[in-house]
Amino acid sequence: MAQNTRTVPAGTPTNVTQNHAKGGIGESTLRPDGTLKVTGEFAYSSDMWHEDMLWGQTLRSTVAHAEIVSIDISEAVAMSGVYAVLTYDDLPSEVKNYGLEIQDTPVLAHGKVRHHGEPVALVAADHPETARRAAAKIKIEYRELPVVTDEASALAPDAPLIHEGRDDHHSGHVPHPNIVHRQPIIRGDVAAARERADVIVEGEYVFGMQDQAFLGPESGLAVPAEDGGVDLYVATQWLHSDLKQIAPVLGLPEEKVRMTLSGVGGAFGGREDISMQIHACLLALRTGKPVKIVYNRFESFFGHVHRHPAKLHYEHGATKDGKLTHLKARIVLDGGAYASASPAVVGNASSLGAGPYVIDDVEIEAVALYTNNPPCGAMRGFGAVQACFAYEAQMDKLAAKLGMDPVEFRRMNAMEQGTVMPTGQVVDSPAPVAELLRRVKARPMPPERQWETAGEGADVRALPGGLSNTTHGEGVVRGVGYAVGIKNVGFSEGFDDYSTARVVLQVINGEPVAMVHTAMAEVGQGGVTVHAQIARTELGVTQVTIHPADTQVGSAGSTSASRQTYMTGGAVKNTCEAVREKVLEIGRRKNGSYHPAWATAELLLEGGKVVTDGGEVLATLADILEGEQPIDLELEFRHRPTVPFDLVTGQGDGHVQYTFAAHRAVVEVDTELGLVKVIELATAQDVGKALNMLSVVGQIQGGTTQGLGVAVMEEIIVDPKTAKVRNPSFTDYLIPTILDTPTIPVDVLELADPNAPYGLRGLGEAPTLSSTPAVLAAIRNATGLELNKTPVRPEALTGTL
Amino acid sequence: MRVNFTVNGRPQEADDVWEGESLLYVLRERMGLPGSKNACEQGECGSCTVRLDGVPVCSCLVAAGQVEGREVVTVEGLAEFAKDRAEHGAGHGGCASGACGTSLDEAKKWQARPTQDSQTGEGVELSPIQQAFIDAGAVQCGFCTPGLLIAADELLERQSDPSDQDIREALSGNLCRCTGYEKILDAVRLAAARQGEAV
Ligand code: FES
Ligand code: FES
Repeated sequence: MAQNTRTVPAGTPTNVTQNHAKGGIGESTLRPDGTLKVTGEFAYSSDMWHEDMLWGQTLRSTVAHAEIVSIDISEAVAMSGVYAVLTYDDLPSEVKNYGLEIQDTPVLAHGKVRHHGEPVALVAADHPETARRAAAKIKIEYRELPVVTDEASALAPDAPLIHEGRDDHHSGHVPHPNIVHRQPIIRGDVAAARERADVIVEGEYVFGMQDQAFLGPESGLAVPAEDGGVDLYVATQWLHSDLKQIAPVLGLPEEKVRMTLSGVGGAFGGREDISMQIHACLLALRTGKPVKIVYNRFESFFGHVHRHPAKLHYEHGATKDGKLTHLKARIVLDGGAYASASPAVVGNASSLGAGPYVIDDVEIEAVALYTNNPPCGAMRGFGAVQACFAYEAQMDKLAAKLGMDPVEFRRMNAMEQGTVMPTGQVVDSPAPVAELLRRVKARPMPPERQWETAGEGADVRALPGGLSNTTHGEGVVRGVGYAVGIKNVGFSEGFDDYSTARVVLQVINGEPVAMVHTAMAEVGQGGVTVHAQIARTELGVTQVTIHPADTQVGSAGSTSASRQTYMTGGAVKNTCEAVREKVLEIGRRKNGSYHPAWATAELLLEGGKVVTDGGEVLATLADILEGEQPIDLELEFRHRPTVPFDLVTGQGDGHVQYTFAAHRAVVEVDTELGLVKVIELATAQDVGKALNMLSVVGQIQGGTTQGLGVAVMEEIIVDPKTAKVRNPSFTDYLIPTILDTPTIPVDVLELADPNAPYGLRGLGEAPTLSSTPAVLAAIRNATGLELNKTPVRPEALTGTL
Repeated sequence: MRVNFTVNGRPQEADDVWEGESLLYVLRERMGLPGSKNACEQGECGSCTVRLDGVPVCSCLVAAGQVEGREVVTVEGLAEFAKDRAEHGAGHGGCASGACGTSLDEAKKWQARPTQDSQTGEGVELSPIQQAFIDAGAVQCGFCTPGLLIAADELLERQSDPSDQDIREALSGNLCRCTGYEKILDAVRLAAARQGEAV
């Protein structure tokens, strides 16, 4: 029983049993921002409002590749209500480009536009409609250039160079200047292994361009400050990365650009790059007034990078008893007009291109192209998604050719702890690939013909086509498909990936209160919940407040790559441990002489008290901290180091941690109309340690649904002749509704990674990988069709392509 | 033009409204009620859903002039609206007491508040569907949440014990990119069950 007896200074030792603070790690604590979000009070970036503020508007290129002959802003400037019109000539600093890794993206187009929708000019006006009308009055004369849209046009002998005279750190090793980066992975002897193969299967796979389609549009408010600097409230994934790119372009030192995270309406990689940040600051600094920019949905499709569309060629071999012999793969990713995260996507696609299987002899080559298509960069799953789509289709083909069960075949070849990756890296923590497959397979199947109702015929809502009433069950066939995938966690290839946390512990009104301050972007993933849980657990306090994320504290790194709970969670944990040491130091100083355990025992903070590992209470935190300065520490956390992949062989311990998920999809297909209804998408994933099961399951279901989307409906369609985007709206770019989304039963494994904080595994991305190929496999199973492209459209199912 | 209408039970007037302005814009930018969200402004996502004389509508598709003399309920007024309904029965609508909602003056004081103290908002009285969304983990980024809450509340007003298919049908106009919807279904089931117990 928990005791509240005060034992300081000379109290009797008291036994406490498990007096953990409520809401510690492992509990399904509710979101601290939940109430604000359900009452409409949570301030998202598009909700910012400032007295006297202006509205910013971007004018974007209507063509994909052209020289800019002239820009005439005179009519726009003359409109009443217009405060500023800016073009490239108005940029205040020598630095005019930005970029995550390669600074190749112009703030405003200069001389040339390289993709449809590239920003060319900016307007600030007193009403958003005035700003839009003014932008429409800007006259731009373009001289169109031939467009580069695919590998053939990018690498043709007379291909126009997207970035002439590039001199970034990849330009020296790529075979052509229109290739952003190339990474081969070579291990073993593929030619010899091919000799041992009894069966060989080949496949050509096409992965469409997916969009993050977060609901909260790109938006924010820039407020000019008296010191000549600017305060920026914005939705982003990484404040400090933005800051590094923004300040030089504004010609300001970093400390004069103060950034605060405002409410983020989803991200999924789409907010890793700069969108309206610099534009809003430029307009605010020019007009001396606060400027708000909010993209509409149309502009949002041009305002962020997309998932790389890919063409993948795979060849696998296997012996007749079902052992994989070799893999030869070529992965061509379309990076679009600017580099963004393309180099890292190439690294992931190649190093994870063999999937979670043991294959000793491997040759993989991945490249990302520069084209005049929309720029592509980070999106949930990041390079691993495209590869998983291809290798999982290959596994089914091999199993079929060998006459084996597809799950059994995968399990026979599944990697495990100790397996050597094609990069030579040894997987040194649990890799339960076979077990995850076993679990999704063992789950009971959803009942057949669920649309049949007692007496009333069919409930059309449960059928493909739904309320459109396109079938009553005739022509509907069912199929089942499986897939599993591997994703890395955190930033790889030698990147100095760190995160910072500041923790303050003090007594307020007689109660110990911890404050956690990080620059972590909460994008919906629940980091704010988990940070409070960690602080409660480590400091044994109940009350934890989360400071708004801003650039007044060190970098937390990006909310991406499934890294944030690992990295910033790890930073909060470490900083709390240091704070705990300080508490004990003060305790020893104040009370050490009263009880020998201060010097001899292992001491813990639990339930607002200092206790020994035997459960004896030595003091309360309140008494220790009373009259002291608040304990205020800021520390950095780093994961174990990684190295870059060798540029020729791809060898190297490039990744921090691996994470795995498996899916079983059950679909029904109306073969007459080619309509697909996914009935169930059962998922199993190893999360190492679930810090908050409610959030874990929510993340897995959300990621699974994005994978479902790309399987059956999501694709940005770019005209192959003009490189123009055809469907930048929610009318034409479809994301799954609640009617398109099946039940998603989730099975969570917790096999601790000994190297990670609490043993956890980053989890956000893995479910997006295998969901897509599982659905494709199920549709193939139902229809007997080959289907090598996402998304599967009706015409692919009815033969009316 | 000037538009007079009732928001969350309180008479409001908006001046200098352009002909093309949507109800969503007037609520968000003129009334200081940003709870209704602007995800597509095209009638496709349901994030901006409010009730107009009791009927759920996409406020981005309603011209401001169309609401002259009518009653609007937004997520900011949902708790009061639901409470009023519980006390006076369904179909009562609006907030006859006039005590609910945010006054224009109060609303105008609303300032850029990037993120707020993690503890604020606790102890606030919520409608059953709002509470259920929190309890079931149906809120991630939360951008879709206001629209879903209005739609789900209206469903539960019509149908106290909806089937899963009913819920899916009622919420099919509301996109959510984060949750995969499973926990949203859980939330609606939970609110319905609690409502059932309370009767
Ligand atoms: S914002 Fe109105 S439906 Fe999307
Ligand atoms: S869109 Fe983010 S929670 Fe629904």
